[in-house]
Amino acid sequence: MSAHAHDGPRKGMILHGGTKLSDYFIFNTDHKVIGIQYFITSVFFFMIGGALAMLIRAELLTPNSDLGNYLGDGYEYNSLFTMHGSVMIFLWVIPILAAFANYLLPIQVGADDMAFPKLNATSYWTYFLGSVVMMAAFFVGRPAEQPLLWNIAVALVAIGTIMMLFGTFRVVGWMQMVGISLLSMGVFILWGPTAAAGNITILLTVLTVLMFVIGGRFGTERTSAYVLGCSLLILALCNLLGGASLGIPGAAAGGWTAYPPLSASQTANAPDGQTLWIIAVYILGMASQLGAINMIVTVARMRAPGLTMGRLPLFVWTVLAQSILVIGGTPVLGGTGLALLFERLYGMTFFTPADGGSALTYQHLFWFYSHPAVYIMVLPAMGLISEIFPILSKKPVFGYKAIAGSSMGITFFGFLVWGHHMFTSGMSPWLLMSFMLGSMAIGVPTGIKIFNWIATLWGGKITINSPMLFALGFLAMFVIGGVSGIMLAAVPFDLHVHDTYFVVAHFHYVLFGGTVFGVYGATYFWFPKVTGRMYNEPLGIIHWVLNFVGFNLAFLPMHWLGMMGMARRIGVYPEEFQYVNQLSSFGAFLLGIAAVPWLINLVWSAYRGKEAVGNPWGGLSLEWQTSSPPPIENFPEVPTVTHGPYDYGKGIKPPIVEELPAFQPIPAPAAD
Amino acid sequence: MSSHAIPLKEATIRNRQGLWLFFLTEVFLFGSFFVLRFSLWGDTRPELEQTAGLIATFVLLVSSLAMNRAEVAIAHGDKTKFRNNILVTFVLGAIFLGMILVYEWGALLGLHGEVLGIPVGHILPGDGVYGSVLYLMTGAHALHVLGGLVFIAITLFKGMRGDLTVKDHFFAEACALYWHFVDLVWVFFYPALYLIGHVVDIH
Ligand code: HEM
Ligand SMILES: [Cu+2]
Repeated sequence: MSAHAHDGPRKGMILHGGTKLSDYFIFNTDHKVIGIQYFITSVFFFMIGGALAMLIRAELLTPNSDLGNYLGDGYEYNSLFTMHGSVMIFLWVIPILAAFANYLLPIQVGADDMAFPKLNATSYWTYFLGSVVMMAAFFVGRPAEQPLLWNIAVALVAIGTIMMLFGTFRVVGWMQMVGISLLSMGVFILWGPTAAAGNITILLTVLTVLMFVIGGRFGTERTSAYVLGCSLLILALCNLLGGASLGIPGAAAGGWTAYPPLSASQTANAPDGQTLWIIAVYILGMASQLGAINMIVTVARMRAPGLTMGRLPLFVWTVLAQSILVIGGTPVLGGTGLALLFERLYGMTFFTPADGGSALTYQHLFWFYSHPAVYIMVLPAMGLISEIFPILSKKPVFGYKAIAGSSMGITFFGFLVWGHHMFTSGMSPWLLMSFMLGSMAIGVPTGIKIFNWIATLWGGKITINSPMLFALGFLAMFVIGGVSGIMLAAVPFDLHVHDTYFVVAHFHYVLFGGTVFGVYGATYFWFPKVTGRMYNEPLGIIHWVLNFVGFNLAFLPMHWLGMMGMARRIGVYPEEFQYVNQLSSFGAFLLGIAAVPWLINLVWSAYRGKEAVGNPWGGLSLEWQTSSPPPIENFPEVPTVTHGPYDYGKGIKPPIVEELPAFQPIPAPAAD
Repeated sequence: MSSHAIPLKEATIRNRQGLWLFFLTEVFLFGSFFVLRFSLWGDTRPELEQTAGLIATFVLLVSSLAMNRAEVAIAHGDKTKFRNNILVTFVLGAIFLGMILVYEWGALLGLHGEVLGIPVGHILPGDGVYGSVLYLMTGAHALHVLGGLVFIAITLFKGMRGDLTVKDHFFAEACALYWHFVDLVWVFFYPALYLIGHVVDIH
């Protein structure tokens, strides 16, 4: 970043800061705008992932196949749960946490932005690109043999390329946009189940990245808006064309883990969908890595004067821990994905045992990333509720050092326990043993957090409102998920329930009961800060009740199903499981409905809610010491920190609780 | 207003930290290739052209030395020395890349027989795990070298245009660090590909 970084709302030609709605739709370097971009995009994908979950549960209402099984190989159901898992993990949970980290972290450390604002915007748009590629898989399939369509496609590619290039170099935005759209239309019609498909995607990716670079360098800021428009158009057009010309939609169906040899096979399931899936995961991983680098440097270099590491809000600690996990884990997934991609596209051999490869190596590499990834998915959510508890019970957090330190402990141990996903894959007994003990040991730092949260609440003046209810929900549900996790860490038990619904129950208690509950709570908690308006409390409580009941109804019975022996990833099951499955499905539908009051609340309150003050909860950390929403540079002047974020009961008056109009900086608090 | 103009020193520190974190991600990326190498090849390796490997490695190491001299030169404002040394780096890097392409990727590029008296590569990516790992590792590394060459070219251009000053030459520092990093990766790749394990017939 150059030394003359912030000259007003714009930096050169790139937009910085959101003052009107359209500012949120383009390449914008303001971390608050980027946070909101992440938020909206990932909530959109949450809805898609949720819709897929509803379809899964609808299919499981009866023991036989209801949703269709055209090829007789169960492909439809396989792709349902694969895409459900992938969308939820890569397009919802990880990015929604990035949304909170982007919005809150710079404010919480008292900085005016992230360390590398352009890189930050690039992370978001990389994520966006990855999500488009992942979604595109739904619309590619086996192209019908239609010569007319073929000719049209070739013509589209040719015209599209010329227009795009011309538009880019002469900075004629509409031409660039139309060009890219025509090009992609053509490409997607031409799509066949061949290696060429992969090459074209890589090419498209490179082109789009080039567009960004060129757009940012020479174009007007509107160029990026066109790129966004194009990506959306690609999706829409693929949808249309997919419906018109292609047979069966071909999303990946190898599970979210994409184990070879199935995922390396050129013929099984949907070959192009699987290829696209790998490319999408690679791109999404890049986005995470860029984000992690940014977070670490921001915390290391941009803390306000007086904000020592020991005074950092706990959320910052968890983001720091998460970023370390991303830096160590995600590149390994990237390297493994590349190998798998080359195996698919260029006839190379890494993981297919029949050709001399090693499927087990894939599992080791995959879980070396994906076990840390479960902490990538839960640590920041723990950070979010670590903010909610002390502030809403007006007590200093119990064991600040223990909570902060346990995040680092989890990070360290997180890299050493991946083998617990592979107990049935075959490994030497002494390895089984050490992975088992390691996995159980990781329960210790997690337990430390739980007990410290409870001790924080103990005897506090607890405000029971929507954020607090969800944080309490997190606590309760996460304990259940944690306990079933310890059970699964025991080899003898895991050998029985591996790949059954017990595992599905376990990780939903952690991911939904933990992370999603925490995120729900956080959306209420920081809603006044972000929007300058208050959410609707009764609606929030309705949301919580529906959610809590629906969640437990949907997932608690799955423990039984698993113990009874029902395998996961099956759409057709023995009749004796039907009753429990129906119970679970009804819970799931309730859970689906539960999202409605949340969405209504977010949208309605953002426009019609009561005006909020700068510090509605009486928080002591920095984000509560500026207006709601904060000004573009976050603080009118560099804040000085004189106390910890949760130093309640030490005579420090929570700053500013009076009403203040939006965008008015609030004077810094008087220190004691 | 708050820290609006970031002092040069601070900006450099941030950039440097970001760069090192980027290297860390790269370490893990290349690490995953190492895992593949050792799990799929174990204590065997395919037959590679030893002379070519040794020369290429030597060339790359010398290029790092030249790179270092170039960086020191620009830090002292010595443009001529900077230009000469960075040109040497570029040429040596290009020679390395060319040697990898000819003596390892030769079969893929359709070459036969010998080039400059050294037999060209005979392994194809489709040759089982040996071809696959070889092409994955050399390919990933070669891409980084290629990126480095572009980086060097831009640094040369900037340096000659006068954008890199004694006070502010982080760009050259980043370029040098990146180049050293890519070399370091090769220092690990070379034994993994050329030296460790006994030769087996891959066909
Ligand atoms: C709306 C509520 C949800 C319902 C009803 C639901 C339901 C299910 C069911 C029934 C399965 C098992 C499918 C099978 O194995 O045959 C499943 C798998 C999965 N779910 Fe969910 N889920 C929900 C939300 C979530 C969330 C929020 C996440 C992540 C944050 C998530 C992540 C996953 C993953 C990773 C899998 C494994 C996919 C695979 O086997 O490859 N789910 N879900
Ligand atoms: Cu795990």
